[in-house]
Amino acid sequence: MGKLTNPVLLKELKLRFRFFKSVSGMLAYLIAMSIFVIGFFYITTQLTGTGYFRPSESFYLFSMLSLIQMGMILFIAPGLTAGAISAEREKQTLNMLLTTTQSSWQIIIGKLLSSLAFLGLLLFASLPFYSLVFLFGGISPVQLLTVFFFYFVTMVAIGSIGIFFSTMTKRTITSMIATYSSSVFVAGFTLFFFFISIMVNQTMIEAGEIAPFTYFWLSINPGALVLSLLSGNLMTEFYTLAGIDIPIWVTYLLFYTVLSIVLLTISSSRLRANMKRG
Amino acid sequence: MIDIQGLTKKYEDFTALDQLTLHIEQGTVFGFVGSNGAGKSTTFSILATLLAPTSGTAYINGANIIEQPNDVRRQLGYMPDFFGVYDQLKTDEYLDFYGASYGLSSQQRAELIPTLLELVKLTDKRYEYVDLLSRGMKQRLCLARALIHDPAVLILDEPASGLDPRSRSEMRDIVKTLKMQGKTILISSHILPELAEMCDEIGVLEKGRLIARGSVDSIQGHMQGDRQLTVKVLNSSQQAASHFRNDPLVSNVQIVDDNTVICFYRGSKEQQVNLLKQALQQDILIYQLQEERQDLEDIFLTITKGAEK
Repeated sequence: MGKLTNPVLLKELKLRFRFFKSVSGMLAYLIAMSIFVIGFFYITTQLTGTGYFRPSESFYLFSMLSLIQMGMILFIAPGLTAGAISAEREKQTLNMLLTTTQSSWQIIIGKLLSSLAFLGLLLFASLPFYSLVFLFGGISPVQLLTVFFFYFVTMVAIGSIGIFFSTMTKRTITSMIATYSSSVFVAGFTLFFFFISIMVNQTMIEAGEIAPFTYFWLSINPGALVLSLLSGNLMTEFYTLAGIDIPIWVTYLLFYTVLSIVLLTISSSRLRANMKRG
Repeated sequence: MIDIQGLTKKYEDFTALDQLTLHIEQGTVFGFVGSNGAGKSTTFSILATLLAPTSGTAYINGANIIEQPNDVRRQLGYMPDFFGVYDQLKTDEYLDFYGASYGLSSQQRAELIPTLLELVKLTDKRYEYVDLLSRGMKQRLCLARALIHDPAVLILDEPASGLDPRSRSEMRDIVKTLKMQGKTILISSHILPELAEMCDEIGVLEKGRLIARGSVDSIQGHMQGDRQLTVKVLNSSQQAASHFRNDPLVSNVQIVDDNTVICFYRGSKEQQVNLLKQALQQDILIYQLQEERQDLEDIFLTITKGAEK
């Protein structure tokens, strides 16, 4: 047990969940989600005029919830992780942490997991909304689990970017700007580059040749991933377009796993950078 | 035991530490004196494995700071000059976190924490948030944190800085207790008389170089010019003054009142004995002799002024 516990993780969890701030944040998020779900039910039943909520509409609700939650991860994860190390530096607590016998990896992983724990709890707390989807049908438990698994992958990836900038920069504000910019890049610019590459590779696409960049930009976009997990037809069209028949989730998983490992490794080696001779 | 061998730290053109070599025996309290930017904190950061030297090395109880940093961390307690605390933790949680960070089991931590809190006189603050502690209490808590893994060597960078006289006195008492426990302590302070009270030896650092080292007395003796002697006599101070004026080693004599004379003397202790013996032979009834020690601050200024030249 002793070997498995991470002091930084335990301390951070204590600090994060001790006060009403975290609970109030979670409450606000769940209220917002409740308003959205109730609104969705209301509009759907009103628009159809039947008063019924069909499984196909339940599927749309699931898709919307999944996209919103993915957006929430991209928005909140930078804020939770971008100050993990730099704030310790600003508060002058980092040096004391670095003189303990904890390894750099232990500190980095403790910081990452504790920062993401709040986000994980938000996602967990939103599970009852998904139970509504199950009530009306149209979605399988495997789909739900897959979506949640990719939430986790995205959380770790964005969190790793936050930890990386937090380690590399001296000030939290700089790290925050860099991490949010990365998040915007992942969510928006990848899509922008996807459309650009379609235009640039028009001839290749029309000739049925492989367009790797077109494939790459879309396959690292979290929104596209969620849609690919929910809609098979949409993806078949895309595979035909890019000429590559590898499921988006494979590339997404591979790319963000490698990115997270690389960034966390660099962060870990740079944490005690001053101890390297040169 | 601390063994520093030719420690040098350069930042491009600026040399923060220049070939510092120093050996501090186990159980010694060694005071580091130096003006701002002299290299004290740089030395401490290097020893605490926070900063790599450009060249040279150091050993803490035999562990090399470059090759065995984790062994060094196990043997060393470090209290930086500026530090923050986790305000939203309670005092015992704060110590518990650092105990866990040094790999102590929960049982060891549970046993150690009350003892440490008692040592730093914070037992009654055990369940209070760190945020609510005064500055002096936070300093003492930080010292307890540095002691949580029972290190053999302690590095205290300006531990009494910014504290009121009472808190400084409390900090001094704690350092004395730690000295009695056999800890090797390297301590820096701007309040020099305080160092004199706590330290077995002091080293004067200026522009990254160790320019003087020794016991407080030896440094004072070495650096002092004329010693100021206050002599109290039962009979006439005039008679005593004229006797002292005749001695070639006396540079100046001042009559304070009918019974008190101050003279500035540059002779050795043996020569001083002769001076007093001759005075007694001339029926000058000396009943009190007091040697005024030159203030350590003055000595520090004298030494560092010399180094600047």
